[in-house]
Amino acid sequence: MNTQPATGATTTRPVNAASKPFGLRSYLVCLKGILVREGLRFLNQRERFISSLVRPLLWLFIFAAGFRQVLGVSIIPPYKTYVLYEVYISPGLCGMILLFSGMQSSLSMVYDREMGNMRTLLVSPFPRWYLLVSKLLAGVTVSIAQVYVFLAVAWFWGVKAPPIGYVFVLPALFLSGLMLCGLGMFLSSMIKQLENFSGVMNFVIFPMYFASPALYPLWRIQESSPLLYQICLANPFTYAVELIRFAFYGQVDWISLVVVAACTAVFLAGAIIAYDPSRGLMNRKQDTGGNA
Amino acid sequence: MQHVKTGEMNGPAALEVAAVSYSYGTKRALSDVSFAIAPGTFTVLLGLNGAGKTTLFSLISHLYNTRHGSISIFGHDIGRASGEALRRVGIVFQARTLDLDLSVYQNLSYHASLHGIGGREARQRIEALLQSVDMSDRINDKARSLSGGQMRRIEIARALLHRPTLLLLDEATVGLDIQSRADILAMIRKLVETDGIGVFWATHLIDEVDDGDHVVVLHKGSLLANGGVTEIVSATGSSSIREAFTRLAGLDAATAAGAAS
Repeated sequence: MNTQPATGATTTRPVNAASKPFGLRSYLVCLKGILVREGLRFLNQRERFISSLVRPLLWLFIFAAGFRQVLGVSIIPPYKTYVLYEVYISPGLCGMILLFSGMQSSLSMVYDREMGNMRTLLVSPFPRWYLLVSKLLAGVTVSIAQVYVFLAVAWFWGVKAPPIGYVFVLPALFLSGLMLCGLGMFLSSMIKQLENFSGVMNFVIFPMYFASPALYPLWRIQESSPLLYQICLANPFTYAVELIRFAFYGQVDWISLVVVAACTAVFLAGAIIAYDPSRGLMNRKQDTGGNA
Repeated sequence: MQHVKTGEMNGPAALEVAAVSYSYGTKRALSDVSFAIAPGTFTVLLGLNGAGKTTLFSLISHLYNTRHGSISIFGHDIGRASGEALRRVGIVFQARTLDLDLSVYQNLSYHASLHGIGGREARQRIEALLQSVDMSDRINDKARSLSGGQMRRIEIARALLHRPTLLLLDEATVGLDIQSRADILAMIRKLVETDGIGVFWATHLIDEVDDGDHVVVLHKGSLLANGGVTEIVSATGSSSIREAFTRLAGLDAATAAGAAS
């Protein structure tokens, strides 16, 4: 090894406890810092907050009201009586918030990796997997806050679940949000040419949303198209919506829980392994021959 | 193109870069770069735009994985022991990295948490550092309201929060006016003198190099020189570091004057 060192005085400044490994408290401080920052950013960006609510509310106020008579829903679990169409699509709209918000925050993590905020995060001495998971958790937390604001507005609109359902749904929202954030990050890490959010909307978000029981029950899809039904069954978002739907009524759809948990584990692991901060920059440098 | 390597060091290296190469696909950014810098010294990484400085910084800070060669900080390999290495390093990136929507305090507090520092200790360190960079009165202001020079000072304070022993600054004076450039440079040099912090200062501006500095010259991804200013000047038979750089890089005088001053 032919390195040629510089000359100079040896520092007298003590190294900052650098030999002492981080303890649990330090990890929690790190997680708290990331959560607080994400929350502050969200509160400071009112436009983002409002736009995140407008989309599901439009579906609830306009689409659901308009299609109430056309798209009747029979009595299917977890419902024990006929329900309004607005009630039926509410879990799907919660899933929609998680889907859009999760994908958006995950994509920004990938495409902003050479930008300021992600750089600051990634040069932290904590393990990279921990930083990425913490960032995902922060994104999920913000998404869940949006869901509850939506549910509050929906409540005033007359779309109500049993009171205990608002508590039971929290873990379902958390797990589903984590799965969708992980999926977003995993997809972005794998697909090099995925350059903007509209592309993701067309090829990932909309197909996932429409090929699910978010807007209509699966038995209706099965009646009209067995192929589409199979596609819906292969769609992880299907299970997220059902997990949320059952949780609103204090029930656990075990198949959905297992599928969502397994997908969360796979997507998170894939995202962490595939995450490469230089990937986005690599493409750009090849294309433009930019500064090295 | 001449190639100069000079200098010796007693003791462990603050930063050791050994046979590092890096490519963006087929585009080669660094070719077999090797050098080391001693603790407590001010070392300038000098090179024109596109020399590979930012790529080298991204490798040293573990933003990119080192695929060819190795990098270690105070003996800790950045690939195998990145946590230990990064705890000893403070980094100021070329691009602005403050969150504009957050206040100065919130930005610094976030960074403290990323190093496991929270609560009262974080607050005390933030207040002390803001005082040292003369920015105490802006603690609750949004980062968006700061000037370029003020943002840089906050970023330097942030890089010092976890008390690193090596400070990396990538083109820290780019985009600043002459006075702000001088202030930032003076502040960093003072850190070396008073606190014994090692500094690795990347720049394309030759006038930021002092006679007593250690200089690493990078050009088109290759290391051209590594040593004290006087050693490099002498070894190239030049009368100044500017002339030495011009000769090493094979530039014409006009290019060197225009690009690196």
